[in-house]
Amino acid sequence: MSLPAASAGAATGVSALLDVQNISLRFGGLKALSDVSFHVRPGELFSIIGPNGAGKTSMLNCISGRYTPSDGRVVFDGRDVTKLKPNRRAEIGIGRTFQNLALFSHMSVLDNIMVGRHHLLKNNFFTGALYWIGGAQKEELEHRRKVEEVIDFLDIQHVRKATAGTLSYGLRKRVELARAVALEPKLILLDEPMAGMNLEEKEDMARYIVDLNEEWGMTIIMIEHDMGVVMDISHRVMVLDFGRKLVEGEPAAVLADPHVRKAYLGEEDLEIEEAAPAAVSA
Amino acid sequence: MALTSLRPCGDYRTSYKADQTIFQTRLTLVFVILAIAALCCTPLFASRYVLSLMIQIGYLGIAALGLNILVGFSGQISIGHAVFFGFGGFASAFLADKGVPVPLAIVLAGLWTTVVGLIFGLPAARVKGLYLAIATLAAQFILQDFFVRAEWFTGGTHGAIAAPFTLFGYDLSGDARYFYVVLFFVVVGYIGATNLMRSRDGRALIAVRDHYLSAEMMGVNLTKYRTMAFGISSFYAGIGGALYAHYVGFMSVEGLDILFSIQFLGMIIIGGLGSIMGSLMGTVFMVLLPEATGWLASALSGSVIDQVLHLKDGITYMREMLIGLTIILFLIFEPDGLAHRWRLIKAYWKLYPFSY
Repeated sequence: MSLPAASAGAATGVSALLDVQNISLRFGGLKALSDVSFHVRPGELFSIIGPNGAGKTSMLNCISGRYTPSDGRVVFDGRDVTKLKPNRRAEIGIGRTFQNLALFSHMSVLDNIMVGRHHLLKNNFFTGALYWIGGAQKEELEHRRKVEEVIDFLDIQHVRKATAGTLSYGLRKRVELARAVALEPKLILLDEPMAGMNLEEKEDMARYIVDLNEEWGMTIIMIEHDMGVVMDISHRVMVLDFGRKLVEGEPAAVLADPHVRKAYLGEEDLEIEEAAPAAVSA
Repeated sequence: MALTSLRPCGDYRTSYKADQTIFQTRLTLVFVILAIAALCCTPLFASRYVLSLMIQIGYLGIAALGLNILVGFSGQISIGHAVFFGFGGFASAFLADKGVPVPLAIVLAGLWTTVVGLIFGLPAARVKGLYLAIATLAAQFILQDFFVRAEWFTGGTHGAIAAPFTLFGYDLSGDARYFYVVLFFVVVGYIGATNLMRSRDGRALIAVRDHYLSAEMMGVNLTKYRTMAFGISSFYAGIGGALYAHYVGFMSVEGLDILFSIQFLGMIIIGGLGSIMGSLMGTVFMVLLPEATGWLASALSGSVIDQVLHLKDGITYMREMLIGLTIILFLIFEPDGLAHRWRLIKAYWKLYPFSY
């Protein structure tokens, strides 16, 4: 790994679950990402922050396969997945939620979550149509049990039969998380899981994310604008600005970084602007 | 998409199996079985005219269900459904002519049509919406032309003779007996589709329709499922067409035009896109609408309206106009179709008289 030494806490011997190497993404003349590298270790809760248009979602799209980076490599679990199709990534253990709600709005909550188990189910259109004969029913019921575990965990029992499109915003976000969890991913990508939520919903969501990370052992990459949450629950944070990586490190270190303050968090006093940027090497 | 409110009080589910049933209450199941039993008795007393209408509803209903799987469930469009219906008919007539037993020929015709549907569904892997509509329009014209030219297969413009339906030596061709054949295929076809939609691949089809980006992230192969929808849709169309061919005893390229394809679209729009029973309701509506127009016209014969509009001469035009008019009215007032209306009626009576 050719990581810059900026992230002091990151340089340990544990091999990375996700290794992003020198990713660049261009749309014609627009550079959405330029030469971004970072890695995420197994069991880590990693946050990406930055101003609007900084390339956070583009970064996530490169990892989830929506975009193919113009340069660089994405290595997941020791395997180069840079060119892998998005639907194949579910099978190797990458799940995600979307910034704008992306539920199957005409399906029930239960069916939405069952779609998350698509790659784990074996029945096909033929055995599915026979249902009782080819073992499809047995399999569906087994997986229903697993889905119910996820439903219990995210506390959405009361809406499991409701049509997804009729739910409130906060609940939909939770169903979307449930769907991604049902995939049983090793790495889960959360794109602004708390956007547009009130304080109580945010607290709940933060709890779920921490539980997923600590109890379910999932590695998480999260994009979030709520600095309180990000700094409280993340193990490490990366800051993007104009498609470049500003800094990466533990929350406290990132918070203290004058460049980050200038680009994103806002300055408290003028002296930071005049301070020399020598302290930061990233 | 079950309406939980339709479950009676105290109906608690204690196993996942009990919760995944097709029929939400025992009463519904009993009603459905009674309805099928009642249908089994119809040939005993119904007239040939009524029976022929019901058979027509049967084979068209199967084909309409196929189109609904494609348009309603997987969110794609096809304006060439009639030629797949026709292909099934020709294939079955062809196979029966070559000595294949008719029941087997019908199933094989379904499979052949699946293959043809998959080929013409290939553009679906790359294009969506209006562009796909044009691609299926090409299928309509290509196959229609093929039917006229491929005389070895279809008998060209003269058409092909389809052997009567026999099963283990029993002749099941007349209206009263063929009715059971069609009923069997309808029941099996509709149960199959219902099961499909509550298992893995059916869910994937709906997921692709509702949000293809997130479906892809959930591991659904978009190309595979978009093409598969065409395959399944054509299979149903082929079976429907084959049943038609052996009912009439004759298959011809006439009538397999684009208007017929549009009529299939009309059936599923009126019945309810994305609803399995809606496909059947829409077919019933579309079959009975021209008949009802005829009844109305003969009831009015001799009256002032008849004298002004010349109903007897204009009846064919009026039928076409009525079909167009109903589709427009449904799109405006009941875009979710008859199936939705039926759900509302059920909910109304469930809560009657305390609807709030």
